[in-house]
Amino acid sequence: MSVANKNIVYGLYDAPEQLLSAVKEANADHLDIWDVFSPFPVHGLDPLLGLSESRLHIGGFIFGLTGTLTAFLGITWIFTRDWPQIFGGKPYFSIPAWIPIIFELTVLFSAIGMVLTFFIVNGQGPGVNNPILDTRITDDKFCLAFDATDEDGGKYRAFLEKTGASVVNEKSI
Amino acid sequence: MSAITSPIREPLVQGNKSYHDITVDLCTPTERTPTRAWVIAFIIAVSALTLGIVCILITIWVGIGTWNLNRTIGWGWDITNFVWWIGIGHAGTLISAILLLFRQKWRTGVNRAAEAMTIFAVMCAALFPAIHVGRIWIVFYFFPYPNTRGPLWPNFDSPLLWDLFAISTYFIVSLLFWYTGLIPDFATVRDRARGLRQKIYSYVAFGWTGSAKHWQRHESLSLILAGLATPLVLSVHTIVSFDFATSVIPGWHTTIFPPYFVAGAVFSGFAMVQTLMIITRKVLNLQDYITRAHIESMNKVILVTGTIVGVAYLTELFIAWYSGYVYEQFAFFNRALGPYWWAYFGMMTCNVLSPQLFWFKKIRRSITWTFFMAVFVNIGMWFERFVIIATTLARDYLPSSWSFYVPSMIEVGIFIGTLGIFFTFFLIFVRVAPVVAIAEIKHIVTSAGNQYVDDNRDHHEELVAETIQKVEQES
Repeated sequence: MSVANKNIVYGLYDAPEQLLSAVKEANADHLDIWDVFSPFPVHGLDPLLGLSESRLHIGGFIFGLTGTLTAFLGITWIFTRDWPQIFGGKPYFSIPAWIPIIFELTVLFSAIGMVLTFFIVNGQGPGVNNPILDTRITDDKFCLAFDATDEDGGKYRAFLEKTGASVVNEKSI
Repeated sequence: MSAITSPIREPLVQGNKSYHDITVDLCTPTERTPTRAWVIAFIIAVSALTLGIVCILITIWVGIGTWNLNRTIGWGWDITNFVWWIGIGHAGTLISAILLLFRQKWRTGVNRAAEAMTIFAVMCAALFPAIHVGRIWIVFYFFPYPNTRGPLWPNFDSPLLWDLFAISTYFIVSLLFWYTGLIPDFATVRDRARGLRQKIYSYVAFGWTGSAKHWQRHESLSLILAGLATPLVLSVHTIVSFDFATSVIPGWHTTIFPPYFVAGAVFSGFAMVQTLMIITRKVLNLQDYITRAHIESMNKVILVTGTIVGVAYLTELFIAWYSGYVYEQFAFFNRALGPYWWAYFGMMTCNVLSPQLFWFKKIRRSITWTFFMAVFVNIGMWFERFVIIATTLARDYLPSSWSFYVPSMIEVGIFIGTLGIFFTFFLIFVRVAPVVAIAEIKHIVTSAGNQYVDDNRDHHEELVAETIQKVEQES
């Protein structure tokens, strides 16, 4: 997928605490972290990595609103303009009877939209093969990775060893 | 992170599990060859499924006349089974969504399987409305799309159409929620697999890497989907109850239906989760992850919702009497003492009386008791739907058109078929996907694993003892 190969130096830690303190030290040493990988979400990591809050919920709201309007405007047009009919003595424009469908479409649009957004911004999808640094990242290891494409990986290796990584490795992806 | 845990909390993961132990324990069921018990269960399930397909084909080929419905009783086993299955589905969403919002850690042990159960139950449920229309080849008329018939639109004011939207939305949202949760776990299986298996799991893991930003988005997505699924699950059974409550049939036309149906749905759903989990934990050796603490928690939900259902039954009876409306009074008199008295009796015993045994802690924590109670509740909730539907219709306004309904073999066959569909899918699921959410268990193990909880408790007890000593010395 990537145009130019990257040379990644990474270390595997055994516990999330070790990872957190290593990230703190890397920040103090002004080392540029490429990415951090873990088998489950490590809380407290996002501010250290300078990750801003996910904006997925804003997307969810917009998709939901699209669903609400689709249902409301769609039914309104159908039942007042396209083919007005009287059902059970209700007026053509009877909002209370439409609430269930408006609600369902809000939820449906919001859920589908958010899940698609999630996969697209993550670069994920059926059959996508993103490079995997180490197969134990999804098992029990916490990985801190540096991009050493344009520089010597030596300082990163030294840093990872110093902070207690149990495995230090280099990989071209 | 040995987070601070209350010393009175029971550990949710037993057996001093490390992260790697969790991976191995939860991935191995998908990696080894199937056991003999699984093969036998699968053969039985597929046979039931085949029977169901044959009966459905006969229904479609010959027509709805193969069912014993008549001019008085237009809804029988079909809609009874529909409501029963859709109700069963509700527990999965409750566990995965509502308990996530309430930050209940015990959900992690059972949420994956419960969500799978939801999806399969909704599939079984959706089958009945589709085939009960008779002419299934024009069933797509239900969907609003520009067509050459006018365009003639469906009736958006009708509860039956609301139901279509509710069930479709519920199925899609549950599927998305379940699958996004599965992705990190498929990645775990992928990274342990070799050859073709690795290729397949790579495909379904969607290229998950476990990057920090991806995890952040994943957590955000799960939380919002939970927030959406919570009102959704309440709306689905509310709308199912509207199918009845908005009609003018005595015994159906009541405002109590929505909350009463939702409580009943959660009640029956948890019973089905118990039935499945008690067998699954035993067969797959997951007793360390689905502990007695989990079973007890679910039994508490069964007790609460069972009691709500009981109160609803009694309220219905009281209101029927208090309303002074003879047709309503007769509908309830007929339910309890009419030709279907046995269904009412079964419903009352299984749903109202039997869950009360769960007030006893011993019974709540007993696996055997729980299993039989869960089966009882499932039977009871099926009777409830039968009582509401067939019993009410059998004795309508005109005594000359009163009727009695016994299902035909085809109807029974379709019901057995849905059980077959449900168990076939569930058995395939336990073979191909981790039954317990691996990443979520790893996330809670340092606060809810027994080694950490025990440490905390010991530490807490030491502190208490020290403090007592200090106080005694001072005085």
